[in-house]
Amino acid sequence: MSALLEVRGLSTHFTGRTGTVRAVDDISFSVARGQVLGLVGESGSGKSVTGFSILGLIDPPGRIVAGQVMFQGRNLVTLGESALRGLRGNRLAMIFQDPMLTLNPVLSIGTQMIETVLAHEQVSRAEAYRRARDSLGLVGIPSPEERLAAYPHQFSGGMRQRVAIAIATLHRPDLIIADEPTTALDVTIQAQILAEMQTLSRDFGTALIWITHDLSVVAGLADAIAVMYAGRIVEAGSVADVLDRPRHPYTSGLIGSVPSRNQRGARLRQIPGNTPSLLNLPEGCAFRSRCSYADTACAQNPPLSESASGHSSRCFHPVHEHVG
Amino acid sequence: MPCRSAGPGPCSPSPSEPRVLLYVVRRLGQSVLLLLAMSMIVFLAVYAIGDPVELLVSPQATQAEIAATRAAFGLDQPLTTQYGLFLANALHGDLGRSFIFHEPALALVVSRMGATLELALSALLIATTLGIALGLIAALHSDGWIGRAIMSGSILGLSLPTFWVGILMLLCFSLWLGWFPAIGRGRTGDVFGIASSLFTLDGLRHIVLPASTLALGNTALTIRLTRSGAVEVLQSEFVKYARARGLAPRRILMVHVLRAVLIPLITIVGIEFGGLIAFSVVTETIFAWPGMGKLIIDSIYVLDRPVIVAYLMVIVFLFVVINLVVDLLYRLLDPRIGAN
Repeated sequence: MSALLEVRGLSTHFTGRTGTVRAVDDISFSVARGQVLGLVGESGSGKSVTGFSILGLIDPPGRIVAGQVMFQGRNLVTLGESALRGLRGNRLAMIFQDPMLTLNPVLSIGTQMIETVLAHEQVSRAEAYRRARDSLGLVGIPSPEERLAAYPHQFSGGMRQRVAIAIATLHRPDLIIADEPTTALDVTIQAQILAEMQTLSRDFGTALIWITHDLSVVAGLADAIAVMYAGRIVEAGSVADVLDRPRHPYTSGLIGSVPSRNQRGARLRQIPGNTPSLLNLPEGCAFRSRCSYADTACAQNPPLSESASGHSSRCFHPVHEHVG
Repeated sequence: MPCRSAGPGPCSPSPSEPRVLLYVVRRLGQSVLLLLAMSMIVFLAVYAIGDPVELLVSPQATQAEIAATRAAFGLDQPLTTQYGLFLANALHGDLGRSFIFHEPALALVVSRMGATLELALSALLIATTLGIALGLIAALHSDGWIGRAIMSGSILGLSLPTFWVGILMLLCFSLWLGWFPAIGRGRTGDVFGIASSLFTLDGLRHIVLPASTLALGNTALTIRLTRSGAVEVLQSEFVKYARARGLAPRRILMVHVLRAVLIPLITIVGIEFGGLIAFSVVTETIFAWPGMGKLIIDSIYVLDRPVIVAYLMVIVFLFVVINLVVDLLYRLLDPRIGAN
């Protein structure tokens, strides 16, 4: 089965006066049609920049310096701006963390939905209005006709995120990139939104790239996981492989720091230290300063090792036993 | 009340029309108080400037003649009595008669208001359209030479004094090139009973130079405000989201960015419009434009108290109306304001 999206050797760098930030450094992954990929990492690990790079929304001083983003047989990195615009919001949609910031506060939800329909299809306003209304209904927003006339500030956080999902699904995209869409929400609302997304993904065969720092979200939602650290994918594989048999010490540390019922009363394990500054990051494994397994070998870039099941990692000293 | 219903269930749209009406009524009530306070200050200030009698009578007048003139205009009364009388008359729409023209002062000011308003409106139109357009271009090319050129030009526009620019324009476009007439208002045309030089070609040719002169400073200001606003909005999350939805750049600029920029801009433009009316004096003097500005200067020279007071009251009233319109526009552009 050929992949819907295949990212190969993608590198996005930001060049400033003080040096170059390698926000995304030589990453590769692929997403099949209808598949859900969880892109996991801490803040500043390059998850969001990866999402924006795929959509071609990197603004100067940022630049995609190398790699390919193959989407339905076309390389988005070299595609022209107008062709790319035709794909954005149409075949490739994006959902952001906080729709309070991303929806225009002074335009009604209806206006913003209708303009999104009209940007990609030449239909009448009435038809665009109907589609907007149906899309709102589909994500579980009650009395959609009334809500179309409302403004973003008149919605609650969960409802706003539903609006964002409704906008993303207007054109039945092949791929939705969701950048921490449930981070700002209550846990109960978060569960509702996740269930909503799963249904949509299943019903329409939409592939998802779910960017998050929350492993528990990914565990329930995703088919595959890619763990990012300091701009690189350090481990990738199926959810079962990565969460149950993590190889990279960073992944294992992340899993260990998630509170669970079995370890009630025990201190949570935490990864010592902070994420390194991405500015002029030295060669070698970026995690070595925080890693208890690190030795002199780690000053080199660890090569990618991949198992038969497709479970890959970049580490000289892979963890074999999941402790915890 | 903003709708806070978290779960399902409609949030009923609030009845906005009666509230807006209530708001307007309350604002007008405040305006009456403002006018009252203003009249007191103006009356006192004009009283302090000097005694108009000496300018009203001939230099050879006897003491008896001076006293008679003073009594005739009621200037022999104490200040409080004079103010009380003024206030009582003002309530009937009578702001006194001009000492010089022997006409009702208010009617005199209003008769000149049309010329000033058309000049100020034309200047406002030039300043906002040109200012917003150039400001947006400067924001889009903030690192390019076009952006830099526009910003440098706007500094020039802000710092050049009006009288100098006016005279230069006269010299250049009227005397040397002969494109536009130098002075006066030109022929006026009537539309819906309003006489204005905007309705005839000759009038339009006359208004180009003074309106451009008057607009210069405001154009520069609008450029700078639009640019700084647009640069900020262009980096905002909602513009990025609009791009992620695949909207055309034109739509993003003209709807999303412009709307966000207009909200703070409209306050400044409103205040500036008041300024255009009140301080068009210089431009009117240079181009011999028969507006209120020229009238007030003449009246100050001869201490024509009723006209000065009437003029200032009219200006205050205009400011009040402009501010009200700005506030209403503000509510129209930003739905979040009406919600509170």
